[in-house]
Amino acid sequence: MSILINRNSRVMTQGITGKTGQFHTRMCRDYANGKECFVAGVNPRKPGEDFEGIPVYASVKEAKQQTGANVSVIYVPPPFAAAAIDEAVEAELDLVICITEGIPVRDMIRTRDKMKGKKTRLIGPNCPGIITPDELKIGIMPGYIHKKGRIGVVSRSGTLTYEAVAQLMALGLGQSTCIGIGGDPVNGLKHLDVLQLFNDDDETDAVLMVGEIGGSDEEDCARWVKDNMRKPVTGFIAGVTAPPGKRMGHAGAIISGGKGTAQEKLDVMESCGIKVTRNPAEMGKLLKSVL
Amino acid sequence: MKIHEYQAKEILRQYGVATPQGIACFSVDEAVNAAKQLGGEVWAVKAQIYAGGRGKGGGVKVARSLSEVRQRAGEILGMRLVTHQTGPEGQVVHRLFIEQGVKIDKEFYAGMVVDRRQQRVCLMASSEGGMEIEKVAAETPEKIHKVFIDPVAGLSQQQAEDIAQKIGIPAHSLPQAVSLLQGLYRAFDETDASLLEINPLALTAEEQVIALDAKMNFDDNALFRHPEVVALRDLDEEDPVEIEASKHELSYIPLDGDIGCLVNGAGLAMATMDIIKLYGGNPANFLDVGGGATAEKVTEAFKLMLRNPKLQAILVNIFGGIMKCDVIAQGVVAAAREVQLNVPLVVRLEGTNVDLGKQILADSGLPIISATDMADAAQKAVNAAKSKPSSCGCQS
Repeated sequence: MSILINRNSRVMTQGITGKTGQFHTRMCRDYANGKECFVAGVNPRKPGEDFEGIPVYASVKEAKQQTGANVSVIYVPPPFAAAAIDEAVEAELDLVICITEGIPVRDMIRTRDKMKGKKTRLIGPNCPGIITPDELKIGIMPGYIHKKGRIGVVSRSGTLTYEAVAQLMALGLGQSTCIGIGGDPVNGLKHLDVLQLFNDDDETDAVLMVGEIGGSDEEDCARWVKDNMRKPVTGFIAGVTAPPGKRMGHAGAIISGGKGTAQEKLDVMESCGIKVTRNPAEMGKLLKSVL
Repeated sequence: MKIHEYQAKEILRQYGVATPQGIACFSVDEAVNAAKQLGGEVWAVKAQIYAGGRGKGGGVKVARSLSEVRQRAGEILGMRLVTHQTGPEGQVVHRLFIEQGVKIDKEFYAGMVVDRRQQRVCLMASSEGGMEIEKVAAETPEKIHKVFIDPVAGLSQQQAEDIAQKIGIPAHSLPQAVSLLQGLYRAFDETDASLLEINPLALTAEEQVIALDAKMNFDDNALFRHPEVVALRDLDEEDPVEIEASKHELSYIPLDGDIGCLVNGAGLAMATMDIIKLYGGNPANFLDVGGGATAEKVTEAFKLMLRNPKLQAILVNIFGGIMKCDVIAQGVVAAAREVQLNVPLVVRLEGTNVDLGKQILADSGLPIISATDMADAAQKAVNAAKSKPSSCGCQS
């Protein structure tokens, strides 16, 4: 089954005419069933054009009506990206994946407020996207490092997720779905939301959860896992050595007011029955040990 | 981005937030003139640095005569102010703020941050003014009151009044407190602030509610629409290496250790620092070259790391996704040649075109220590740093 996306998903690209949107739409289209899945692009100024055979529509609503697309991926530049999410939510898509990095928090607060009571799920912003290996890739991760399997992966970062996947692959463990939820303080799906989905997915046996400093999402997730998760979960938190008050690349990766330290997160996760490692080179090994 | 107290107060006054009268100064003479201009008999002489805890560190003094203003200004200007937020090296004071003295009846706290769980701006207020709010939160959390602000409606009259009452603002000062709190929120919202702190918020002997101190930080991602905020940037307050890094769109944070790290992606960069520590070493920096690193960017990154006199080794950890390993390898080789590398260099490449990348490193003739995975890379870097070679002979 996998979670959130599979070969039956129909995807539109918002920002398909930009350089990034074109490059990654091409890479995603060329991965597994991408050719059937990537059905539309959106650019209000270029309706009627096409990108290598993918038709471009003026709005999300029109793209949905014309092609039946139910998922959108956003590469729109940061000043306009929140409005692009709003448009997809307004058109009642099932899922929006916002890759764009650098969206103002104020914009995201308003966008998240508008999403209340709506059906649309949001992944990101500032994330690598989502992949169901050997079926569909929506995002900027290298597809070839993945293989279909039964491990779920959820993470706040990009390359650290690839690292985790590579370690799983070295041990012969494929993945059901891998999701990068992004490094921004105000975002869509959290670790907890993704773990709930993996919990209910018949094709996921165990979950590798990768977190980082800042906020308390990992702790919230761990408490839920303790009472509800029926599958083993292992974890790693990046940033044990990060100094407080410094933003470590990601807008959301900052220890402030003594909160959001890696140690605190690791302690809560362990106390909730999640096996954790402090060694980022052993994420795969640890996961294998709980199967 | 951060700004000084006097700049924050200037912004807040535009939103109807009352503050004492004050003048920013860059010299002792200016400070004395400012005090004259402000008039009165008591002045506060305040060091302007970004870090908090200035009072405890000796950066805020009361003066009761113009000669005392001169004396205090002379002491504070140019001092290396050490507070719990500056680190042991402290921060040199280049600017002063001279404020009219105010008679205080009671001190409160008001602050705003984005609450990640609620995904809204949170107004926090407390009866315990003048103290570190983290301390209040840890010791007497019941004394901190919070409201979450609807982004469409803003801070309502009712919410503001409730919280003002809860922290003990007397009834006849409530309307003033409400308008101040609403002004704070409008300022926070309209300037894309990420933090606003009024500590203390004061009730004066004349029953005025005023912001006695003010701290504002801004969302870096929103600076593109706030040139008026960008104009307030004080480069004296920023680490020159971080300024240089930001010019090249590199995310660089200096740390205390001796192993330089060059990594793509923030999460992997943090994990690389962590694993160095785990194997007994100490990272010299956080450095994320981002997703679109070019050979030039990698060269600049090497130059930044090599500015650090403590540097004993460099660890490059790249997981090539979109960024191809051969491009990175070319960048590393070019950089190592250009900068006359004099410390051991450990490189771990994984991902797209990894074999090509490794070949480029091997063919370069440079004494690059190649690593197979993250653990191997960290161990090799730690060992290299510990063996402290006088020179590795990396001259081109």
